[in-house]
Amino acid sequence: MLSQKTKDTLLGPLNANNPVVVQILGICSALAVTVQLKPALVMGIAVTIIVAMSNVIVSLIRNTIPMRVRIIVQLVVVAALVTLVSEVLKAFAYDVAMQLSVYLGLIITNCILMGRLEAFAMTNNAWDSLLDGLGNGLGYAIILVIVAFVRELLGSGQLLGFQVIPQWCYDHGYENCGMMLMPAMALILVGCVIWVHRSLNDKEAK
Amino acid sequence: MKLNTNSNIYTFVYMTVVVIIVAVLLAVVSQALAPKQQANILLDKQKQILGALKVDFSQADPAEVYYTLVQDTLNYGKQEVYVANLNGAVKYILPLSGKGLWGGIGGYLALDEDKNTIYGVNFNHESETPGLGAKIVEPEFRSQFEGKHIRNAEGAVVSVAVLKAGKHAEGQEQVDAISGATITSSGVSTMLEVNLTEYAEFLNELNEGKEEDHVESED
Repeated sequence: MLSQKTKDTLLGPLNANNPVVVQILGICSALAVTVQLKPALVMGIAVTIIVAMSNVIVSLIRNTIPMRVRIIVQLVVVAALVTLVSEVLKAFAYDVAMQLSVYLGLIITNCILMGRLEAFAMTNNAWDSLLDGLGNGLGYAIILVIVAFVRELLGSGQLLGFQVIPQWCYDHGYENCGMMLMPAMALILVGCVIWVHRSLNDKEAK
Repeated sequence: MKLNTNSNIYTFVYMTVVVIIVAVLLAVVSQALAPKQQANILLDKQKQILGALKVDFSQADPAEVYYTLVQDTLNYGKQEVYVANLNGAVKYILPLSGKGLWGGIGGYLALDEDKNTIYGVNFNHESETPGLGAKIVEPEFRSQFEGKHIRNAEGAVVSVAVLKAGKHAEGQEQVDAISGATITSSGVSTMLEVNLTEYAEFLNELNEGKEEDHVESED
């Protein structure tokens, strides 16, 4: 149904060309929002939407942008989109907006956005840019969810706020790993994900 | 004719147009959504006050529940105190605000009619760490405050301390801090202390103002 190039654009970032574990972009927010699964999920969705939209907009105006100020133009587009999304959330989904609080604003500084705009949207048409944005956003979301899953499960014994490790285990001496709540563990976990990912992909290459 | 997109004039005009478009767009959206956002903020505040009063509003319209319970607002300079009538008992709700680790924290403290016993408390925060400082909003932490006294034996307002397990406060009551969230916990402690001093005028008019309050809350 989809051509090979389209497939690569959309699905490549999910695995072989993942923005977090291969391009090492967006690490900063991956550390901040992965203590629990819920903010990680919402952040993943928000970034996906904003990357896709800003990719399309920049791609549409790419031929008119003066080269010397292109980064500023990209930044204005991203900042305007993020502000719009946060205003709309505050009006129609106040609870979600409160949950995301500063992270929503931090999307502006997420390197994946600028990276994709500069590397892809500036030289490709709008449809491909949309797919590239969706792919990269989802690739980012997957890593966030993996890291948040491990951190919330081991750090608080919960998933999405529900207790999953039974009281029985605590009665027999099991304890939550407080280290998992620290940002440093997120970095180590991202490192582990990169390790697993590399060793799997190297095998395929051989 | 092809435009030279690298000329200074083009760049200047282009940026001006882009910025004007974005500014107008954001201003229009912000204006259009402002009433809805204000309504959300008000509703959120009412829900938080109901939370401090430990009222279950899941089965009803929170705003309606709020207006039947909270019937009066007392003003003390900049400070506002909400007076609620909960099953015949008068409760005072004091808004709080302070600083956490990453940003502001706030909350509502519901006091019994004696202006001493804490009936309930509700906290909120802007950006505390999920799983650590953000736990101040959870019932496990908040319920510790219930029944504590903000005055010492002599009747002076001394607040309630938030301390790590094992530490003891001299001359005031205390609750357990959240482990791993030292700065947020002490932020809550400081917030209570500072805010209660600011409510001195309200807290000290111990019996004089009470009859008046009764009349007002029965209206």
